[in-house]
Amino acid sequence: MEPIALQLNQIEKKFAGVHALKNMHFTLQQGEVHGLLGENGAGKSTLIKIIGGIYKPDHGEIRINGKNVTINNIKEAQAYGINVIHQEIVLVPHISIYENIFLGREPINKWGLKDHKKMISKAQIMMASMDLSIDVLTPVYKLTIAQQQLVEIVKAISFNVRILIMDEPTSSLTEKEVEQLFVMIKKLKEHNVSIIYISHRMDELFAITDQISVIRDGEYVDTVKTSQTHIDELVKMMVGRSLNNYYQRNYQQSNDVILSVENLTRNGVFSNINFQLKKGEILGFSGLMGAGRSEIMRAIFGVDKYDSGTIYFENKPILIRCPQDAIDLGIALVPEDRKKEGLVLNNSIGFNLSLTVLKQFIHGCFVNHKQREKIIQNYITKLNIKTPSANKIVGELSGGNQQKVVIAKWLATSPKLIILDEPTRGIDIGAKAEIYKIIDELCANGIAIIMISSELPEIINMCDRVCVVANGEIQGELSQTELSQEKIMKLATGRA
Amino acid sequence: MFSKPNNSLNSNHTSQYANTHNLIIKNFLDFFINNIGILIALILICIILAFSTPVFLTQDNMLSVLRQVSTNMCLALGMTLIIMLGGIDLSVGSIVAMAGTLTVGFISIGEMGIVPAILLGLLIGTLCGAANGAAIAYTGIPPFIVTLAMMMIARGIGFIYSGGQSIRIFDDNFTTIGTGYLGVIPYPVIYMFVFIVVMLIIVNRTRLGTYIYALGGNREAARLSGIPIKRVEIIVYTIAGFLAAFAGIVLAARMYSGQPSVAQGYEMDAIAACVLGGISMSGGIGRISGTILGVFVIGIINNGLNLLGVNSFWQLVAKGVIIFLAVYVDILKRKRSKSA
Repeated sequence: MEPIALQLNQIEKKFAGVHALKNMHFTLQQGEVHGLLGENGAGKSTLIKIIGGIYKPDHGEIRINGKNVTINNIKEAQAYGINVIHQEIVLVPHISIYENIFLGREPINKWGLKDHKKMISKAQIMMASMDLSIDVLTPVYKLTIAQQQLVEIVKAISFNVRILIMDEPTSSLTEKEVEQLFVMIKKLKEHNVSIIYISHRMDELFAITDQISVIRDGEYVDTVKTSQTHIDELVKMMVGRSLNNYYQRNYQQSNDVILSVENLTRNGVFSNINFQLKKGEILGFSGLMGAGRSEIMRAIFGVDKYDSGTIYFENKPILIRCPQDAIDLGIALVPEDRKKEGLVLNNSIGFNLSLTVLKQFIHGCFVNHKQREKIIQNYITKLNIKTPSANKIVGELSGGNQQKVVIAKWLATSPKLIILDEPTRGIDIGAKAEIYKIIDELCANGIAIIMISSELPEIINMCDRVCVVANGEIQGELSQTELSQEKIMKLATGRA
Repeated sequence: MFSKPNNSLNSNHTSQYANTHNLIIKNFLDFFINNIGILIALILICIILAFSTPVFLTQDNMLSVLRQVSTNMCLALGMTLIIMLGGIDLSVGSIVAMAGTLTVGFISIGEMGIVPAILLGLLIGTLCGAANGAAIAYTGIPPFIVTLAMMMIARGIGFIYSGGQSIRIFDDNFTTIGTGYLGVIPYPVIYMFVFIVVMLIIVNRTRLGTYIYALGGNREAARLSGIPIKRVEIIVYTIAGFLAAFAGIVLAARMYSGQPSVAQGYEMDAIAACVLGGISMSGGIGRISGTILGVFVIGIINNGLNLLGVNSFWQLVAKGVIIFLAVYVDILKRKRSKSA
């Protein structure tokens, strides 16, 4: 048995009288990767905020290397060698990599001025030790999201880290970048760094962790050895019941082509895109991030312009100049980033739901409140959005419920074709299953769906056909029977 | 990094010096690339003026342009820090008037010594800035509102103290602060250059500078990095208050009087200079060099239109149009570089 790096006993934390955590236990051994699993709202983020010094627990003890400690703020946590890599990237965009790494603790020369030379050379050493070959003088906004994530890790490591907490580190990485991240994690492990790894992606937890702890409703459930458990057991522990039919799909045949795209090209972004979509069908778009998947859909929806090619909708050639044209035809786009592109976060569910269909209940200066309520309630029930009232602020909902609001908002326009860009990103397993069910029901009602996703299991289990995109071109189309992770990755990375 | 950091150094060791050297060249190139629009505008305006009026290029006129821009430079330098922080300061014009009026009043009416009067004037202006910063940091009221309130308060204090009149002063020891020369160079120009150098050091070479970018660029990142956010905010607004008070005292000395109604709208000129210089209103982006260029563009336009005998009401219209166009060109440029 390895020595214990961190131990939490009977931790309790209340917010406004409500228990966020009660009777929480957690034991982290030295040099292990410890998965932390729980649905959204289970208390994972409260827990890591307590370890990271952002919150103070109301009760309970924290032991580091066997010693009882209190952690009052972020700086104290860092002094104990604890560092958190947050889900949202927290780097400053318009300063360089090295300045970001040393932010808040810049070395100073004898004049009291920042020692740029020292920072640069130290940063270079750190980057090199992690086998990263990015110039440390590059401003952060020029980096890809994956590169930014790696810089965050280097920054965390630079604190002489003993315990590293990673909150959904792969939510915006491609498979290949995830591999790079795992190599880094293994390196840290060799240096006896303990890692708490939070992720909704089961395959990752199985690939990288030694043990997994599950929490539910603010309480500790159990800790299991990764090698001695399997996905069904974890899901059961997490949701408190077993989820049957995680992926739901009733395939059906239709021969009505609703959308047909011919030779669609946007210079320098994508070229010669050809595909067809039938009613009641799910067409997957897979590929690495930046391959051009989202850009193709943005062009079809009228957000971006395209240079050549033709789009046929219901067998008629159409010209879409702006999103409103697409909406009028019956096309809906559920965007990738629900917080930035999908929702008015600080407004209510009702406000967000009715935003696309104002015409249906506002005529001139007359607002038909009854009609508005009817529309809103209809979709809240239909999509099973869990909320006490339609007036609740969307930003306060869980990720899964937010996603449902975005989907509902577009369903309200009665679309014939829905484009879903990463429909289950960052939402928990229970909510995912619900979203899959909704998608399947939509298909059953004859709506055609295009689904962009980086999660291969989701693409494979939900789609009728899959187009794999790389370098702005469709590299191949796979039918349901041909689908496998290997085939998709081969096409996506051009190693076919 | 872990135990023996030097082991993994090999590959990058030699490039260390080259890199610092490159940093200087890179900064210099960046300056041209970032400010290309406004640089071209500045050069064009200068060429047009040089051909249309013989006075423009004379040494006297150049020095007078420098002196004229010195007030706006003080305000714009402070404003740059604030805007980069993601804030705004509407009170600096009022602080200019208040500090000038109070200082002159302390000497003429209060019969105070010149040095204590100036120090007290500076202190009061600086405290106004600090009050702005503290209110923003601790109450959560947006900077626009806090400084709007301070704009009225400071303006009011000037009027109350002077009874609405301007206060004259003829003491040479005081007025020389604004009217004197070192060789051919007016004192205000010297102050201006000192402030520019200090500000360049603050932004580029001190922790405070990095923290300003950090706060304006990503507040959450700044917080999680353990940066003392409130302290940074207070310091920045305090600096702006100090610079405004200083500018106000120099202005009063130059005008031989403390006028409570002076400097109306100076805050807008300062903001305009920042915007022209590419300081992003959303914070986190900008360079002092940009602001300096912005101040000169506005100053030279003013000077040129005066020399050409353009009616001062039309000057306002012209200035507005030029600012609009310059920023629009900048946005077009950015859009193109994004889509390319």
